Amino acid sequence: MEALGLLLHGFAVLLTWKTLVLMMVGLVLGIFVGVLPGLGGPNGVAILLPLTFTMDPTSAIVMLSCIYWGALFGGAITSILFNIPGEAWSVATTFDGYPMAQQGRAAEALTAAFTSSFVGSLVAVLLITFLAPMISSFALKFGPPEFFAVYLLTFCSFVGLGREAKHKTVISMSLGLLLAGIGMDTVSGSLRMTFGSPELLRGINFLVAVIGLFGISEILLTMEERLALRGHAAGISLRVVLGVWKDLPKYWVTLLRSSFVGCWLGITPGGAIAASFMGYNLAKRFAKDPESFGKGRIEGVFAPETAAHASGTSALLPMLALGIPGSGTAAILLGGLMVWGLNPGPLLFVEHKDFVWGLIASMYLGNVVGLVLVLTTVPIFASILRVPFAAVAPMIVVSCAIGAYAIQNAMFDIWLMLGFGVVGYVFKKIGIPLAPFTLALVLGNRAEDAFRLSMIGSGGTLKVFWSNGLVGSITTLAILLLFWPVIDNLLARVGLTHGTRATSS
Amino acid sequence: MRIPVKAVGAATALLLSTPAFAGWEPTKPVEIVVAAGAGGASDQMARMMQAAIQKNNLMKQPMVVSLKGGASGAEALMYMKSSEGDPNKVLIAYSLIYMLPLSAKIPFNWRELTPVSVVALDQFVLWDNSAGPKTLKDFVAAAKAASAPFKMGGTGSKREDHVLTVFLEQKTGAKFSYLPYKSGGEAATQLVGNHTEANVNNPSENLEVWRAGQVRPLCVFDRERISYTTKVTDTQSWADIPTCKEEGVDVQYLMLRAMFLPGKVTPEQQAFYVDLFHKVTQTAEYKEYLEKQALKPIFLTGKDMVQFLEEDDALNKSLMTEAGFVAK
Repeated sequence: MEALGLLLHGFAVLLTWKTLVLMMVGLVLGIFVGVLPGLGGPNGVAILLPLTFTMDPTSAIVMLSCIYWGALFGGAITSILFNIPGEAWSVATTFDGYPMAQQGRAAEALTAAFTSSFVGSLVAVLLITFLAPMISSFALKFGPPEFFAVYLLTFCSFVGLGREAKHKTVISMSLGLLLAGIGMDTVSGSLRMTFGSPELLRGINFLVAVIGLFGISEILLTMEERLALRGHAAGISLRVVLGVWKDLPKYWVTLLRSSFVGCWLGITPGGAIAASFMGYNLAKRFAKDPESFGKGRIEGVFAPETAAHASGTSALLPMLALGIPGSGTAAILLGGLMVWGLNPGPLLFVEHKDFVWGLIASMYLGNVVGLVLVLTTVPIFASILRVPFAAVAPMIVVSCAIGAYAIQNAMFDIWLMLGFGVVGYVFKKIGIPLAPFTLALVLGNRAEDAFRLSMIGSGGTLKVFWSNGLVGSITTLAILLLFWPVIDNLLARVGLTHGTRATSS
Repeated sequence: MRIPVKAVGAATALLLSTPAFAGWEPTKPVEIVVAAGAGGASDQMARMMQAAIQKNNLMKQPMVVSLKGGASGAEALMYMKSSEGDPNKVLIAYSLIYMLPLSAKIPFNWRELTPVSVVALDQFVLWDNSAGPKTLKDFVAAAKAASAPFKMGGTGSKREDHVLTVFLEQKTGAKFSYLPYKSGGEAATQLVGNHTEANVNNPSENLEVWRAGQVRPLCVFDRERISYTTKVTDTQSWADIPTCKEEGVDVQYLMLRAMFLPGKVTPEQQAFYVDLFHKVTQTAEYKEYLEKQALKPIFLTGKDMVQFLEEDDALNKSLMTEAGFVAK
């Protein structure tokens, strides 16, 4: 196999002490920026990019991509311990990860998160290694109708597969869509809902909203209920780690499904964030006892983390092969590549073999080294939970504020974050789910643009969403998922399925 | 021990740099503000400058790239406007400084900023898919004959790409459906994937897909051909692309790439940056970048620059008005 030979060549380029040291440095820096909410991967990579200008391109990209892996690993830590997602794709990890931490199973949750991250990335890297040429031509098939169909699928799967009351999901999603409309409208080139305020020009930043909705509201709830972080760090040892690993094979279906969803959405440009939500929802849907999700179920950590990392990793492929960054961090890496005179595009794989395969090899090595590194430091992170709440809470609030500020260097965003904190608190009190809201806030704009571009391109006919096999099957699947509870019920009535899943809806 | 070392370092740095503008120097890291998203032409240029300044030790303070591409770049404009008197922020501007205030009624006027220098002019090229028509004439004929909407991709709405599309329609009589994408890179891949029939991307935005043989340049919107004669693909150089005028469609448009400081900075501070960017344009990194991205070299500062801006502004305003893109 040609790919295998090239990969071995990549390892040969990589295996020097210098690169290995850079790798470790990158990983540690990455975990650090991942842990600080809001700072996250994109900002971390952006800040550290100039450090690499004097290095050769291969060393530089190895270090930067290790910062990226580190940030991916690190993002899970705050999601689980404090219910504050460091990155957009860590949101779904909080659903079960945080309850686990509250039950004193923080170490278990962290181990599960790291391990599944590793599995997800590994599958994606394997995919990149062997399918790179084919995947880039697949991504080219995506025009506006295809993009819209994918977003529609994500939205519909939320409504159809979520366990929350449907009307509450729709309310939450609609509010998110409304807020996503603030700012510049790409299609018409005019401003919407900014009311003349220069602060609202740039729209509502997703991360600011997430930090407020999840982080600040959690602090408010904790303050109201009792002044303590619920849960104590359990005994963390090799035994916990091995225990989680021993159970791993039991969840192979979940892991495989999430890896698949993640890879698919990752190479679909722009789908990385949706992946973790979808992985989570699918796991829940197909579980025998969906009610136990959201209450601290380890599978609820496995599913989104695997999907998030599979997509985060495979998102690098459209960046390298097509120059389309699949995520914010990938976009910064793209800028870096250009500084070194490497122009992402179809020819990169032909003209800069050393670089491309060095990078792919670094994904393997970086992941293995990263996993060992985070696992050995789990006790340190989990021990944060033993610190009294009165001492931790102000630190969390401050780091949330710094994170919200750092995204766009705007004071306004701190107020916005606090506002979202109150909104999140109220939503939690009246039982409106937060996830559809955040999802709509991220994807609302893109879905709208894709829909309107499809309409311009087709001359205004909806048939464009069934104009070829690819878009047609995605759209049909989306509609099936939207009405899944009804369909499932019908099937149960005619006795085709056992129907237990449908009883509560 | 540390102080002497620092002092020696500073002294050497002073000796190495021209002492002409020793009057003022940044004391904080300098922010280079990009009015576009990551990976776009402005971002690439900013990062090239960052690297050129760092590698050639042109400035003691580090330079950081700050992406303010929100609201189609309006975020960067408002940010510069509100940074009055702050000499540690430089905007890397393009035609949006004229167009955005007209199309979206952004309360911004470039005359409120301090002009530093015009550092390059960017070209526009009409591209189609390599499976499409081979000449401008055939292309126009195909557009006229098309029964379904003939799709032209571009960056943003009511901006340079959109304006060019409107003028192309006026001069040829063909009708296009303009699809506004978020970036030139997206417009490029959408053309390769056959989701649009053509685009009017800058050379840099389509360079890689051209080299891969996936798109074809039909003509360049300038009065003369691009000067770079080094082969870019196996058979063609930038200079081999005919002008649209040669092909019988007289549409011309060049876009400035210019540096601005916020308003109300001192003349010494302005002089420092004029000198800095002049030095940047002398570096090997800069020259290499210009050739690679097929940018037109130019360096204007002081009165020349202001005159250029006024003329360019008037031109853009008339184009926007004619295209019907000025918000009421």
